[in-house]
Amino acid sequence: MKSLEELAKIRESRREALKIRQGVPSKTEKAHIMMCGGAGCISSKCLDVVEAMKKALNKNGIADQVQIVLTGCMGPCDMGPVAIIYPDATFYRRLKPKDAETIVEEHIMKGNKIRRLMYRAPGSKEPTPKVDDIDLFAKQKKVVLRNNFYIDPTSIEDYIANDGYVALGKALTEMKPEDIIEEVKKSGLRGRGGAGFSTGMKWTFTAAAKGTPKYVVCNGDEGDPGAFMDRSVLEGDPHSIIEGMAICGRAIGAEHGYIYVRAEYPLAIERLDLALQKARENGLLGQNIFSSGFNFDIEIRIGAGAFVCGEETALLTSIEGKRGEPRPRPPFPANEGVWGKPTVLNNVETWANIPEIIRKGAEAYSSVGTEKSKGTKVFALAGRINNTGIIEVPMGTTLREIVYEIGGGIPRKKAFKAVQTGGPSGGCIPAEHLDTPVDYDSLGALGAIMGSGGMIVLDEDTCMVDIAKFFLDFVVDESCGKCSPCRIGTKRMYEILDNISKGKGKEGDIELLEELATTIKATALCGLGQTAPNPVLSTIRYFRHEYEEHIRDRKCTCNVCEFEE
Amino acid sequence: MINLTIDNQKVAVEPGTTILEAAKNTGAKIPTLCYLKDINVVGACRICLVEVEGAKTFIPSCVTPVAEGMVVRTNTPAVIKARKLVLELILSDHPMECLTCLRNQNCELQDLAREFGITEVRFDGAKSEYPIDDSSPAITRDPRKCILCRRCISVCTNVQTVTALCAENRGFETLIAPAFNEKLANMECVQCGQCTLVCPTGAIVERDDTAKVWAAIADPKKHVVVQTAPATRVQLGEALGAEPGSIVTGQMVAGLRRLGFDKVFDTDFAADLTIMEEGNELLQRITTGGTLPMITSCSPGWIKFCEHFYPDLLDNLSTCKSPQQMFGPLVKTYYAQKEGIDPADIYCVSIMPCTAKKYECQRPEMNSSGYQDVDVSLTTRELGRMFRQAGLDVTNLPDEKYDEPLGISTGAGEIFGASGGVMEAALRTVYEVVTGETLENIDFEVCRGITGVKEATVQVGDLSVKVAITNGLGNARKVLDKVRSGEADYHFIEVMACPGGCIGGGGSPIPTNTEVRLKRIEATYTEDERMTLRKSHENPAIIALYDEFLGKPLGHKSHELLHTKYTPRGVNK
Repeated sequence: MKSLEELAKIRESRREALKIRQGVPSKTEKAHIMMCGGAGCISSKCLDVVEAMKKALNKNGIADQVQIVLTGCMGPCDMGPVAIIYPDATFYRRLKPKDAETIVEEHIMKGNKIRRLMYRAPGSKEPTPKVDDIDLFAKQKKVVLRNNFYIDPTSIEDYIANDGYVALGKALTEMKPEDIIEEVKKSGLRGRGGAGFSTGMKWTFTAAAKGTPKYVVCNGDEGDPGAFMDRSVLEGDPHSIIEGMAICGRAIGAEHGYIYVRAEYPLAIERLDLALQKARENGLLGQNIFSSGFNFDIEIRIGAGAFVCGEETALLTSIEGKRGEPRPRPPFPANEGVWGKPTVLNNVETWANIPEIIRKGAEAYSSVGTEKSKGTKVFALAGRINNTGIIEVPMGTTLREIVYEIGGGIPRKKAFKAVQTGGPSGGCIPAEHLDTPVDYDSLGALGAIMGSGGMIVLDEDTCMVDIAKFFLDFVVDESCGKCSPCRIGTKRMYEILDNISKGKGKEGDIELLEELATTIKATALCGLGQTAPNPVLSTIRYFRHEYEEHIRDRKCTCNVCEFEE
Repeated sequence: MINLTIDNQKVAVEPGTTILEAAKNTGAKIPTLCYLKDINVVGACRICLVEVEGAKTFIPSCVTPVAEGMVVRTNTPAVIKARKLVLELILSDHPMECLTCLRNQNCELQDLAREFGITEVRFDGAKSEYPIDDSSPAITRDPRKCILCRRCISVCTNVQTVTALCAENRGFETLIAPAFNEKLANMECVQCGQCTLVCPTGAIVERDDTAKVWAAIADPKKHVVVQTAPATRVQLGEALGAEPGSIVTGQMVAGLRRLGFDKVFDTDFAADLTIMEEGNELLQRITTGGTLPMITSCSPGWIKFCEHFYPDLLDNLSTCKSPQQMFGPLVKTYYAQKEGIDPADIYCVSIMPCTAKKYECQRPEMNSSGYQDVDVSLTTRELGRMFRQAGLDVTNLPDEKYDEPLGISTGAGEIFGASGGVMEAALRTVYEVVTGETLENIDFEVCRGITGVKEATVQVGDLSVKVAITNGLGNARKVLDKVRSGEADYHFIEVMACPGGCIGGGGSPIPTNTEVRLKRIEATYTEDERMTLRKSHENPAIIALYDEFLGKPLGHKSHELLHTKYTPRGVNK
C-alpha cells in the first residue's frame, strides 16, 4: 500500500459492491446471506445449513446472484445457527438444513420472510424481523465487534470497505509516534485482559525503554472457562488486530510483532494466518508501509493450552519456546519482554479498539463509558440465562441491564442468585448489587473483577460452595507449579472445599479457607495465584451461610452437593 | 546510590541491589529457601517476602531490586505470619522423614521449620508420591522430598550447561526430573553432583555406598586399601564441624586407620604419576604433531560431558586415566606383587570430593588390573558419615602419616584439587624436563583462582606454551566452542567439571559456595607450600615405580594400566 489514495480506491470500489449489506438493493445481486460462523454456530451445524443453501441456490439457478458469507460470531449463540439476510437485514435463528430451501425460494426469490425462523422477544407474540430492531442487540454498542455482522473475515477488501486500515494510514502519514501514544492515552483505554492497566501508559513506558529491537505482542491465550470474546474477534475481524498492532509498532518504534494464540483456536489461527498473508500482499505489512519508511510484520505463535500462558511474563517466556511459567516483575515487559527486549503486550480486545481510537479520535472514543472506564466491553454471557453468547456493551451498563434486558433474564422463572465475573480470578456478585455499573473499579470494590469478560449467571439452584469448588479445581489444575502458595495452597483450599461439599467439613474450615485465601493473594508469584482465591473469598463474603449450612447441618439447600454417609 | 528505608533504618546501596542484599546492612536476616546467590534467583518459594509500602502484595526480596525512597519492613507480624503459612504449606507436601534422611541436621527446610517454631501442620491433604530414582551410580533422586526450589535445574542448566533436569507437569503435580521423567542414568547427566550440593533438602543426594565399605572392612579375607583425593584433606573437617579451610590431612589418615583400613594411601601419589604420563603425552603431541590442544582427563564429569556434547573432540582428550583410576590398577598389580597379596583379595576404596568418581570406577574399561580397579568410591560427605558412625572425633586425633609407597606425594599432586592445579603441576614438571633447568619460581599464580576461564602463555625453553584453564562445565563450553571453531590455538587445556575445581566437587561437604570454595583453595596452596617436595618428577616413590615396574612414561605397561579410551555418546534425541 503506497498511499491513502490507493487505500481509498479499494475502499470505494468494495463499498459499492457491499452496499447491499447497508440495506441498498442491488441490481445484480438478490441477497447476501451472512451466516454466523462462530464456533457456537459451527457446533450447531451451521456448515450443513450453508451446504443446503448452496444446493437450494443452485437448484433455483440463482447461485450467481446470492453471496453466502461465513462471518465471525454474531453473539446469540444459544439461538444458533443464526443468519442475517441482506438487503432487508432479516435475522433468522435456529436454522436447520431443511430451512434453506424455504429461505431461498420464499424469502430470497419471492420476498416472503419466514416468520417461524424469526426472533421473538420474551413475552411477545409478534416476531422481530430486522436485526437492528431486536431488543438484545439494540442495547449493545459494537466497537470491538463492529464488523462481525458485515464482513467476510477472509476478505481484506471487506475490512477495508468498512474503514479498515484508515487508522494505520492516518498514524503513518499524519501523526508523530508521540501523538499516537497521546491519543491512546487520552482515550482512557484500559487493558481488556482483565487488570485494566492504562494502555497508553504501557506504550509510553515501552517507547521510553532502552534497548532494541522492540516488540509488539498480542495476547490471544484466552483461557477463562466459558469465555470466547477474543476468539470472536480473531475469527471475525482479524485485520483489526493486525492494524492495531501495526499502529503500536509505529508508536513505540517496533518492527516486529507476535500474536500468541492457543492451539485450541484452529479457526482463529487459520483466519489470522490468511489475514497476515493478505495484509502482506497488499503492502499493509512489510516494508515501507504507506511510503512512510515504516516496516512492520507479525508472526503467529501457537500456545499449547496452558491457562497460565495468558499471564504476561509466562506468555513471553512461551514465545521464546520455553516452559510457559511466570517470572517475577520487575523487570516489566515494557523494559524486558520478549527476548529480553522492550515489549508492549496487549490483549486481543484491546488491540481491536486501537484502530477506532485513531480513526475517530480519543474524544469520540471516550464519549462512551464511565469516568474511569472508557469505551465498551465484550462479555461472554453464560450460565442460567436465556440469551447466552457474546455481547458488547458500553462500560457502565448495569448488571441488571445485562442480565435482564440483553440476556433476557433467567430461564424457567427461577430467581437470580449471583453473577460470576472474571472467571477463575473473579468473584460472585449477589442480587443486591445488580444495579452496579460494570466497570473496572465498581466490580473490584465488590470483590469480583472485570477480568477478560466471562460472565456466568447463577440462579437459585446453584450451590455456591460447588461454584467455588469448580473454579478452584480449575486453578489447581492450571497453576504452573512454580511458587509454593499457588501450587500447594490452592490444592489445600480445594481439599477443604471438597470435604465441605461432601459433608466432611469441620468448624474452623471457613476461617482456614479465609486465612489461606488472603495469604495466597498476598504471596503468590503471578496474577493467577494472586487472584485464584477470589471465587472462594467472594462466595464466603456473600454466601457464608451456605458454607455454614454445609458444615453444621450437613445440608446443601440447592441439592447439588452429594454428602457421603 | 539508592536511598531507602528498611525496618526504619536509612540505607544507601548501589542501584540493582536486591532488597535481600540491602537488608543485610541493617542486620536483618531475611529467611530464604529457593534463593541461592548467583545461581538460583527465581522467586519461587515465597519465603523471603517483605512488606513494601504501597505494594498490594508482599514482595519477594530476593528478586526485587531496591528503588529510591522505598520503605521496606522485613519482620512485621503480618510478614512473619505469611512466611509461616507458606512454610506450613511446603511442609504439608513433604514426607517429614527427617530422622531417616541423609540430610538430617543439614537441611535448609528443617532449619526454617525450627526457626519459625512450626509445631503443627494443619493440612492433611494429598502428598506428592513418586518412586525413588536410584538408576544412577552416583546420584539418587527422591522427588517426594523436593520442594521445587529449582536450584538443581539452575545449577545443571546455567552453571554446568548439561540440562539433565527440568520442571514437568504443572500445579501440584509439578515434578523436577529428567525430561519425560526418564531415569537419570539414561540422561546426559554427567554425574557431577552439583545438584546434590545445592539441594536444600534430601531430594537429590549422593548414592550412599558406605555399607559396602563397612562390609569390606568386616571381611577378614579382604585387604582393604584406601586412597584419599587431594581435595578431601581440605574438606573433611567441615563435614565434622570444623571451619571451612581447615586442613586435616594427618588426622584423616589417623581416622582411616582407626576405621580399620589395612593401608591408607594417597591419590596425590597417583596425581604425581598422572603428571609424568600426561606431561610426557603433551610433549609427545607437541613434538610429533599429535592432536592439539590436549585437554586434561582427570575429571570424570568432564569426560562424560565431552563424550555427550563434544564427541568430535575426544581425540583432544589426554588418554591418561584420572589419578583415582591410575591408583586402582597399580594397587592390584604393582602393590599386590610387591606385598605378595592376591589382587583378588584387595578391596580398593577411594575417598573423593566427587560423585562422578562413583560412575567412573564402574566404567567397563576401568578393569585393567583384571579386576574392577577401584571397588568403591565414597564422597567426602560419606567419609564424614562413617567417622560419625564410628564415634571418631577425627579433628582431635593426632596426625599420622600415609603408608608407603603409594602414600608418598608432592605438593604438585596436592594442588590437583584446585582449578589450575593440574596445569601448574604439569608446568612444574614439563619445564624442568624440557629445559633441564631447575625452575626458580614454581608458583604459577596465573593458573590459580576461581575465575571461570584463565588463559596464559608460558615460556618453556624455546616453546611458548599457550594454555587455558576452565572450571565449571559452562566455562568449559566457552573454550571448547572456540576449539571446535578453530579460533583457539592453545596447546593444553585443563578442564575441571566443578566450579573452583575438585575442592568444589559434588561430593564436598554442604554448604559449598564461593566463599567456602575460596577457603578450600587457600588451604590447598598452604598444604602445597608445606610439602618438602613440590614437583611430581621428584617424588621418590614415582621414580621407584618407573624403575621397578613401569619402565618409562608412556611405555608399554603405562599404556596397559594408566591410559584409556573414550566413547562418543552424543545427546538423546
